[in-house]
Amino acid sequence: MTRRRVVVTGLGATTPLGGDVSSTWEALLAGKSGVRKLEDEWAQSASTSFAARVAVEPAEVMERVEMRRLDRSEQFAMIASREAWKDAGAPDIDKERLGVVIASGIGGVITMLDQYDILKTKGARSVSPHTVPMLMPNGPAANVGLELQARAGVHTPVSACASGAEAAGYALEMIRNNRADIVVTGGVEAAIHELPMSGFASMKALSTRNDDPAKASRPYDKDRDGFVLGEGGGVLVFEELEHAKARGAKIYAEVMGQGLTSDGYHIAAPDPDGAGVTRAVKFALQDAGIPLSEIVHLNAHATSTPAGDVAEANALANALGDHISHVAVSATKSMTGHLLGGAGAIESIFCVLAMYHHKAPPTINIENLDEAVTVDVVRDFPRDLPEGSIACLNDSFGFGGHNVVLVFRSYEG
Amino acid sequence: MALTVDVVLEGIKEIVVEVAGIDAGAIAMDKKFTDDLDVDSLSMVEVVVAAEEKFGVKIPDEEVTKMATVGDAVNFIVANSK
Repeated sequence: MTRRRVVVTGLGATTPLGGDVSSTWEALLAGKSGVRKLEDEWAQSASTSFAARVAVEPAEVMERVEMRRLDRSEQFAMIASREAWKDAGAPDIDKERLGVVIASGIGGVITMLDQYDILKTKGARSVSPHTVPMLMPNGPAANVGLELQARAGVHTPVSACASGAEAAGYALEMIRNNRADIVVTGGVEAAIHELPMSGFASMKALSTRNDDPAKASRPYDKDRDGFVLGEGGGVLVFEELEHAKARGAKIYAEVMGQGLTSDGYHIAAPDPDGAGVTRAVKFALQDAGIPLSEIVHLNAHATSTPAGDVAEANALANALGDHISHVAVSATKSMTGHLLGGAGAIESIFCVLAMYHHKAPPTINIENLDEAVTVDVVRDFPRDLPEGSIACLNDSFGFGGHNVVLVFRSYEG
Repeated sequence: MALTVDVVLEGIKEIVVEVAGIDAGAIAMDKKFTDDLDVDSLSMVEVVVAAEEKFGVKIPDEEVTKMATVGDAVNFIVANSK
């Protein structure tokens, strides 16, 4: 029996660059930064006083009563999934063949902390009955599943900053394994709050370039000093190829494969050898079953931390060998910031659009390229990718030593 | 001063509008919270806590389970107000 093929038929997003996919993609190609100084009072005295908030507040597109029952991460999931589902043509499908896999790295941390404040100031009886459904990490997936009445399964992989990519991999397998014909998949994060930011700051993981926030996220630059926290999310509609063709759906790209490994090295630091990343790339290429020559683009994890970016670039060079010089590498976190559990999802969308438009987005803020970085980085301006059948990689890594690599390919009909 | 039915009904209307987003005109004494106003069990907890705060009346959980209609809630609050 031949393997069921999976294609992307819908996209949705709300990001620091735009309230939907088209505005985000346009800003991305234009090399705009979504990073800004935070207005919040607590941020003014913090060691890092900036972040990448969503460009369009949920209140601008969502009813008040719906918002008060949803954590901010769940709001992002609903907004992005509504766009993606509509983009896919709101297909009429047997709900038992419809799944949802939406990840979050941290879950409803803002709800948890806000309700803790209420508990301490007003007492236990004033704690909202919506607290638990709002703080649970599967809340975004569950709410989208409810709205779409998905009955094939609703899932939430959690692997820190690899969560969004792992969700896409899970969705791919659900369709391959014939559990579903359509899976709505993605990742979201809403963690711009004093506590998680203080925790990241204590780890010395955040950039402290307070005098120039828009230049703070600078993957591969010699003077990078940490990542910039972002928020938002992305959702993709994965669909079995014949199912998509039968209903005449628009097909953006094909999902070719995934590779998953773990480092077994350290709870937060990347393995300097990048062996786990190298193995994940190899597994992903094997799973995709395409010639290496087709890989022309890579959306890197590259968060702008001193240790991570170089370890990743070395691992990619090890995995791809001489072919690495033919791969246009983009570090889009230079513009979006790092969406944690949402990162793998929005970067999958960027990969899909790169395949669809044959165009790689730029990496901004590299003033002096780190000499240790030997990959071909797309700098400042987008780059045209070759015509014909092309493929790309999206790699994501998470605290805990999780490595996820996805392969997307242009769909030529 | 004891509360009147009219005062409490107006207060409950405000709370249900805030919690469930129902049009105030649709809320009346004979309306059922669940069937007519889409107030589910979780939102009902919010309505009760807000009503307790607004009217200074304690509403025990066993009473909440008996409150099917807006009128049931209003009458309980009026009867138990000081």
